[in-house]
Amino acid sequence: MIKSFAYVRPTSVDDALEMLGADGARVHAGGTDLMGCLRDGVFEAERVVSLRDVPGMRGVRASTQGVTIGALTPLAEIARHSVIGEQYTALARAASVVGTPQLRSQGTLGGNICQRPRCPYFRAGFDCRRKGGRICYAVGGDNHGHAIFGGVRCHMVHPSDTAAALTALDATVVAVGRAGERRIPIGDFFVAPSVDPTRETVLEHGEMVKEIVLPPAADDQRSSYHKEGHRRTWDFALAGAATALRMTGGNVAEARVVFSGVAPVPWRSMAAEEALQGNTLTPEVIGRACDAAVEGAAPMRHNAYKVGLLKGVLEKEMLRYV
Amino acid sequence: MSSSKEPPRGDGLSVSRRGFLTSMGLGAVGVALPEITPATGPEIVPAGDVTRIALRINGRTHPALVEPRWSLLHVLRAEVGLTAAKEGCGRGECGACTVLVDDQPRYACLTLAVEAEGAEITTAEGLMEGEELGPTQQAFAETDAFQCGYCTPGQVMATEALLRANPHPSPEDIRGGVSGNLCRCGAYENIFRAVERAAELRSGGAS
Ligand SMILES: Cc1cc2nc3c(=O)[nH]c(=O)nc-3n(C[C@H](O)[C@H](O)[C@H](O)COP(=O)(O)OP(=O)(O)OC[C@H]3O[C@@H](n4cnc5c(N)ncnc54)[C@H](O)[C@@H]3O)c2cc1C
Ligand code: FES
Ligand code: FES
Repeated sequence: MIKSFAYVRPTSVDDALEMLGADGARVHAGGTDLMGCLRDGVFEAERVVSLRDVPGMRGVRASTQGVTIGALTPLAEIARHSVIGEQYTALARAASVVGTPQLRSQGTLGGNICQRPRCPYFRAGFDCRRKGGRICYAVGGDNHGHAIFGGVRCHMVHPSDTAAALTALDATVVAVGRAGERRIPIGDFFVAPSVDPTRETVLEHGEMVKEIVLPPAADDQRSSYHKEGHRRTWDFALAGAATALRMTGGNVAEARVVFSGVAPVPWRSMAAEEALQGNTLTPEVIGRACDAAVEGAAPMRHNAYKVGLLKGVLEKEMLRYV
Repeated sequence: MSSSKEPPRGDGLSVSRRGFLTSMGLGAVGVALPEITPATGPEIVPAGDVTRIALRINGRTHPALVEPRWSLLHVLRAEVGLTAAKEGCGRGECGACTVLVDDQPRYACLTLAVEAEGAEITTAEGLMEGEELGPTQQAFAETDAFQCGYCTPGQVMATEALLRANPHPSPEDIRGGVSGNLCRCGAYENIFRAVERAAELRSGGAS
């Protein structure tokens, strides 16, 4: 049974921020990750602040300025939203492959990008780097699910599917705290373990994500997301790719390539982007992009398969644009 | 997993204010309500306290005293006495606890009971039509879509959710619709047939 916590359901953003200021306060959005963390003692909550009744934090608003998605919007709603499906396909696809139908109707976009890592050592109560300890147990232990890029101090992989898609789509995270609102480019939202292995986002205690903004999609922009896991349902990415391309007359004018499941943060591959940009998507160009994408990969004892898997995922995704 | 807490005292001291108000609304006729001063800021249910909530389950209102940390699954089974929803894993990894919350499929094990307050909750019991099985349940019986039956109420609720949103699913929709429900007995082929049959029965198809 979960350790007792106080529970509060504020009905305004101001009250929510007031309640979140307390020591040991935790946000409850859909609760799909929070409940597991509390149950397994990954962290404790003295107070659970439910955002359920806070108005204005749910739903998708489309305008000429782009699309604004409330942090509390369930993933299922994002997956079936027509504007997101047409103009921001990568996000719709990422939302549609999170967990299961049940998890997608309960889980929210804000919760998806703020979820805690799934590294089994972190979850199982090891005093690891991410808990402030001195060892990443994946290095000498079972590391088949761990990072092949960016594993500095901690080798976990970022668990979120939507984070990769939002990064490829150049989203902005709007955070609110008692000091006011700040707009954080998604590329600055996630914290690499080389900077601080004990946190995943730049959010300060008492701050929360209010909404996520997608810039207007260019007419010639297309995007996609695909992940491979152990099973086709339920499982986190072992390797995934979010891509966004602007094509002019068969040529790649601009490319964004961001990987999930292979690094502690959504992993943008500038090398793959450069190999694509200015070129026609011939098999040779795609092959060069896939090779470039895995250059510098540093697999561990059990996860070298991710190098080939990632290349395969990217190749298949690129063929969608041909 | 039953409550280790003392039942709350009738004077409301160990019941939070919302619970107190609700319980007075339900029982204590004649107490002067205006004596309660309006709260400033939202009301906090302290750790370890129970709060009285009203859950709407299968079209009926069930008052319940719950701790904030109790899952909807625990409250359905142990407090309300509706045991169709099963606990398999308690961590969102099997689907045996699937119920509908406002028509959406959810894992009751990952849902706090307090979070379900005010929503329309449907369990497999709520699909009965009087003493008869409802069409979704009937379809599982007809197609022999189980062996031990432990996963069945969850499969039935996932099917119900799918068909409420999408009355004529494609084979791919069907696989997706029940992709959040494990069956240890491996009855999947018949489960897929059950979903097809349920779609027929629900749209008045031949029996
Ligand atoms: C069995 C299982 C399988 C899963 N599979 C996947 C998967 O394949 N892909 C995937 O991406 N995820 C997966 N998840 C993780 C999770 O279900 C999703 O990430 C979901 O979107 C989380 O959203 P939530 O609203 O339920 O978050 P919550 O559980 O409510 O919150 C998650 C965390 O973020 C914090 N938080 C939530 N909202 C905010 C906010 N607005 N501002 C600040 N902090 C906030 C919470 O305090 C908490 O620490 C899985 C989970 C389970 C249990
Ligand atoms: S008991 Fe809820 S998913 Fe297994
Ligand atoms: S029938 Fe036994 S688990 Fe599905």
